[in-house]
Amino acid sequence: MSNFDQELDARGLNCPLPILRAKKTLNTMIGGQILKIMATDPGSVKDFEAFAKQTGNELLDSSELDGEFHFMLKKIA
Amino acid sequence: MDSKRLTIIATKGTLDWAYPPFILASTAAALGYQVTMFFTFYGLQLLKKKLDLKVSPLGNPGMPMPMAMNKWFPVLGTAMPGMETMMTAMMKNTIKSKGVATIEELRDLCLEADAKLIGCQMTIDLFDMKREDFIDNIDIGGAATYFEHAGEANVNLFI
Repeated sequence: MSNFDQELDARGLNCPLPILRAKKTLNTMIGGQILKIMATDPGSVKDFEAFAKQTGNELLDSSELDGEFHFMLKKIA
Repeated sequence: MDSKRLTIIATKGTLDWAYPPFILASTAAALGYQVTMFFTFYGLQLLKKKLDLKVSPLGNPGMPMPMAMNKWFPVLGTAMPGMETMMTAMMKNTIKSKGVATIEELRDLCLEADAKLIGCQMTIDLFDMKREDFIDNIDIGGAATYFEHAGEANVNLFI
């Protein structure tokens, strides 16, 4: 999973900022594009699942590496 | 698809209790909800242009105190002059260091997402508050105005 159109660094931010920043960034993108998000808030794992489920944007990938959480979100067409 | 709707009645005017309404409102807006917030009584402090919100340890046994302060300052100690100012400064530092948003930031995000913010007319009259002390992009209304939104909403919260 290395292809993405935009990247969002939400590291160090706490709930609900990673979600709010992601939503803001998605607003600037077009349907089908992929947003990569990096976060350190452990709550963001469940929150991005819930965000994807409720907004229709597709969570392609969710992974953890050394205390960092990475997400790949595909904007709904 | 019709978007879901949320209304929140915000009744508290302290720094700690400013968070739940604005966190929930901004998140709901990001999830596509149409959001209405009704600010009444002390909640109107959250609509001031210049926010001066404080947190008080007085009468709040659930508040975690740094450096085991509750051991040295039991109950009456939390009423000492300067305690509120000190706890507010500590809380603001913690908020910053933990990457938690400021109230101003969350409020701006709500406004950006076209959340409707309504100040309670009755409270403004009751406390002789001035319209110009509040941010511009709000409506002023009463209980009936609130229900106009609440009656159509999926989720209604009182905080």
